[in-house]
Order: sequence, then C-alpha cells, then structure tokens
Amino acid sequence: MKIHEYQGKEILRQYGVAVPRGKACFSVDEAVAAAEEIGGSKWVVKAQIHAGGRGKGGGVKLADSIDEVRSLANEILGMTLVTHQTGPEGKEVKRLLIEEGAPIKDELYVGLVVDRATQRVTVMASSEGGTEIETVAEETPELIHKVSVDPKTGLSDDEAQGLASKIGIPSELVAEGGKLIQALYQAFWDKDASLAEINPLIVTSDGRVVALDAKINFDESAMYRHPELQELRDLDEEDADEIAASEFGLNYISLDGTIGCLVNGAGLAMATMDIIKLYGASPANFLDVGGGATTEQVTEAFKIMLKNSNLKAILVNIFGGIMRCDVIAEGLVNAAREVDLSVPLVVRLEGTNVEQGRQILADSGISVISATTMADAAEKVAAAAAGA
Amino acid sequence: MSILINKDSRVVTQGITGKTGMFHTHHSIEYANGKNCYVAGVTPKKGGQEVEGVPVYDSVAEAKAATNCNVSVIYVPPPFAAAAIDEAVDAEMEVVICITEGIPVKDMIRTRDRMKGSSTILVGPNCPGVITPEEIKIGIMPGYIHKKGRIGVVSRSGTLTYEVVDQLTKLGLGQSTCVGIGGDPVNGLKHLDVVKMFNQDPDTDGVVMCGEIGGTDEEECAAWIADNMNKPVVGFIAGVTAPPGKRMGHAGAIIAGGKGTADEKIAALEAAGVSVTRNPSDMGKLMVEALQK
Repeated sequence: MKIHEYQGKEILRQYGVAVPRGKACFSVDEAVAAAEEIGGSKWVVKAQIHAGGRGKGGGVKLADSIDEVRSLANEILGMTLVTHQTGPEGKEVKRLLIEEGAPIKDELYVGLVVDRATQRVTVMASSEGGTEIETVAEETPELIHKVSVDPKTGLSDDEAQGLASKIGIPSELVAEGGKLIQALYQAFWDKDASLAEINPLIVTSDGRVVALDAKINFDESAMYRHPELQELRDLDEEDADEIAASEFGLNYISLDGTIGCLVNGAGLAMATMDIIKLYGASPANFLDVGGGATTEQVTEAFKIMLKNSNLKAILVNIFGGIMRCDVIAEGLVNAAREVDLSVPLVVRLEGTNVEQGRQILADSGISVISATTMADAAEKVAAAAAGA
Repeated sequence: MSILINKDSRVVTQGITGKTGMFHTHHSIEYANGKNCYVAGVTPKKGGQEVEGVPVYDSVAEAKAATNCNVSVIYVPPPFAAAAIDEAVDAEMEVVICITEGIPVKDMIRTRDRMKGSSTILVGPNCPGVITPEEIKIGIMPGYIHKKGRIGVVSRSGTLTYEVVDQLTKLGLGQSTCVGIGGDPVNGLKHLDVVKMFNQDPDTDGVVMCGEIGGTDEEECAAWIADNMNKPVVGFIAGVTAPPGKRMGHAGAIIAGGKGTADEKIAALEAAGVSVTRNPSDMGKLMVEALQK
C-alpha cells in the first residue's frame, strides 16, 4: 500500500524525524491560508500523487510570495501530472502540500528495503541525493553504503552514525543524522513498511538534517494490524477496476493489450500472459482468481474485463486441482449468461474432471471456443482477436 | 529415493481443526501411504479430540512426544502462522512446510532470524507443498496428476507446477519429488537449495525449474548450476510480459528498481547451460529432449 508524501512525513514526525513545517491542502484558498500560517518568505508547492518523478513533471515549485503560492496552487491543483511512473495518461492532482522553503546545503539519500537475500531490512545511504538511486547504483555503486539490520537489536548508534558520516554529513551533525536514520528504521519496522525512501535528505545551511521528501510503502499482508494506516489509503490514486476486483478476492492488474485473461494462480496467470504474447497478441490484464473460481467471482471478473474498450477476446485458463473442472465449467456458463459476452471466449480447462467440464461447456449453448493445451488456447485466442 | 519427504515421513498438521487444515489433511491421508504418514494434528487448546482419525494435541512438542512426528505442515491463519513455524522449529521438526498465504514479511524476517543455527528445513510459506508421488503428499496439490519417476520439479507457483507436472506425466516422465517453494519474498528453501538436493539424489535424473519475476534467486541458482550441476536442468520463467512496479499476485513477484526481470533470469539460466523455453506449453517436451542429449 502506498501513501502520500505529507502522510509519510506525518508518520516520520511522530518518530522524531525532522521534516519541514507544512500542511496538506485541497483548494487554492487552503493553500494560501497554509502559507500564511507557516510564515517566512519562501514556500514549496508540492503536488501530492503517489507516483514519483513529480518535480520533473512540473508538480513541485518554489514560491517567493503569497501571491505566487496562490498562482502556483491554482496551476498545479487540478493539473494532469505526467511522470515516468504515471504512464502517458498522467494523474490528476487533487491534493497539495504547502511547506516552508528549506535552505539546502547538501542533498543526500537514505532508503530502506527488505532484502530477500539476507532476509533482513537493509538501510542504504548515499551522498548522491536528489537523483534516482537506480542511476547511482548503476554508475557509482561505491557511493551507496549499506547496513543489514539485525532484527533482534535494530539499527545501533554506531551503525547509524557510521552511515551518516560516510554520506558526508558534517561531523558536528553526525549524531543528529544518526538519530534520524535510527528513527527512520524504527518507523519502518513498527509500521510494517516494505519500502521507505528519503530523497533528498538534506543538510541545511543553518546546520540541520531534514527529510525533504518521504516515500513509504507498506506490506499489504500486515495492514490488518494497522488500522491507523488503512485510514491513509487514497482510493483516487488506485485503479478503480483493481479495487472492485479486490472486493471479490480477485487479483487484477490492468495492462494495455487486447486479450482479457482469467487464470487461477499467479504463476500460471503470468505464464498465460507470456504465451499470449508469444502467439502475437497481447494481454489486457493480469487476473488471478485464486484457488476457488466461484460463479460470483467469474461473473465479476468478466464484468471488469468487459469494461475495457480495447478488449477483443477473453482467454480463460484454469488448472483445476482441488477445485474440479465441472464446477468451474458451471460457474463459467452461469457467468457468461449473466454478463452477455460481446467478444469471443476461449476456454482451456485442465485437471480434475476435465472431461465433464468440457462437456458442460459444449452442452451449454454459449459460444465457447474450447482449447486443450496452453499453446492451443493462445493460438486460438490470438486468431479470434485478429478476426474480431 | 526422493528428497525432503518419503513414505516413512511422520507428519503433524498444524491447524488441523480449521476448515483448510481438515480438508487437505483428509485428501493427503487418502493419497498413497498417507494413512500411515499422518500421525498427529495440533491446534492450541483443542488437544484430546480426533480429526480425520488423527489424534489432536495442544502443541507440536506434545505431538512429537506422543507420535515421534518429524515433518510439520502448517495451515494456520496468517496472523499466527509465523509463530506456528517457530513452534515447529523449537520442537525440532526436520522439515516444516508452511502453506499459509499472506504472512506479514516482518514476521517472516523474525522467524528466519530465529531459525539461524537450527537444522530444521523450511519450505514456503505461501506454497502448494511437497509431494513424492505414489508415496506421500503434503500440501494442496491434486495428487492424481503425479506419477512416480525420476524428474525433480521445483517452482515458486502452485498451478504452474501442476501444469508442468501434468505435461511430464502425459509424456511418460514421472517425478521423484515436486517442491513448491512459494511466492513470498522472505521464505525458506530457495531454488538453489532444492536443485542441490536433486543433484545429490541418486533417483533424480533431471530437474524442471519454474521461476518468476522478482528477486535474484534464479540467477544465484544459475551461477551454481554452471559450475556444479551434473544433471540436465530445464527452465521456464514467468512474467516476461509483466510491467515493472506491479505486484503480480505473489508478494515476491515484482520487478523493482529495474531488477528481477524475466529476461535477466532467462539470460542467466541460459548462460549456465539450462535449456529455457519461453513457451510454458513446452516445459515437459523440453525435459524429454534434455534427457536424450
């Protein structure tokens, strides 16, 4: 789960991480009032969307007067921000963060991730803040310093200060920088985060260490024990179809192709997308119905896929294990009748009671192109889509 | 022979009184030597009863004392599943197979850290389980698609494993053991661990390995294969078409920071001499060809 920058900063503030004074705003008037309340002579107007690359896309701007805050808020609020993470269609800006301007002397980087190889949380820090960390990792990997944190003890004073020192925080601020990195780790651990990035972490010309940005993602599997984080979820930032699908226990991700896929199991669903591509077509979505595939789930899956105007055909690929193919076939028939399918449907069933399942489909009267192997299914669905 | 489990394994089901645990214990007991293999169940505070003809105990330690069980399978709900693994490790089970999907990553970090120095082998979590065909089935896979034989299968995914097993069986190639290692980022056995076991197993002649996007486990496995493997390995990597930054169902199946792409994994495996197909319909056929070389 992702949250906005201002929400991430509020969490960090609670853990004692220094962040600029600021306020989230939903209108131009609120933005002006926030700037007046914050005071000073420099402000930053920041678009709040979940995607990264906001600065480059024109969603982060500096203001030297209240009038400028007003005009920038007016400009950014409601704009469609296109970044490398939003896709070409961009994302409408509905929230702003108004912050005090900070006198930046140095831009650094701190990030935390779960490292699969060591099976621990790794803290990464670099002197090269303000740029993409992937670029730093590629071009100057020696400038990224890492600590693998012992989950029993947490990040020690020595480890944290060592990182602070290595990334160029001046010696008189190393203790403060170390504390900030420790607080960041504690927030990450307590809140079941999966990723946290402060880019940039800055040293100010008046001698402070401040988190100027905050990107935090959380482990979906742990959200049941964090009602306080669930409240931060912004449904405007999520794909409406993906939300609808999740309510029916479907794991759905929209893609830009023309073949709708309905598959049981994540690995088989990915493999199905791959084989569609191999046969010259391209998948419109990833959709894992899980082990069950009930009539209700399949109906809902069909409805969601059919909303897509690019859709030219649907491929159902089910390997019936514990769930029998005859039960799945009945569910498919009921669902197909309920939604009035407007595109060709190719069904590949395999596994338990597959013969009965195929018979049910054949006897149903609904128009189904039956396939045996995955390759057969992919070939047939590609041909059906080309003919449609 | 086989790896990890065989007809002499003595299995305890943790979470046996729950719907899922009961259902799959029932089907596992019905498979091959299951009736002799499944010796105990555990659900805290529910000891003393019988489920599926199996005595239920309050703890794994009690179950072990009473039945000498040495393998545990876990169907406990996600909030309690990591603690269930800890309990099985503390009771010195030889193998722990955790089926549960959706365990918080932090819980698994703690559990894996606790396991340092322990000789217990963990399979999963979020996996279909392990089967040694015609001997014993521990997990949620459909038993009947398997056939006893000499091909090892290791995979991160459930239904994709069934797909490859089905292809192998239909081509007349039976399996020595099939291992689902699961789709979570922090887990027990990796591809490499299982491939090493198959390499040492005198009754395994070749290995099918199904990987997917995310992490670098397949690359690490490839590096080892290049220098050490003395049996043919064929592979498939799911997710060539997966876009970066999107989690494809499995918590671990995500291309992040430009790493973990299917193309990188395929390149690493091919460089190690593994025959890789981009067509998931051809996994079985590829194994047949590899054995003939």
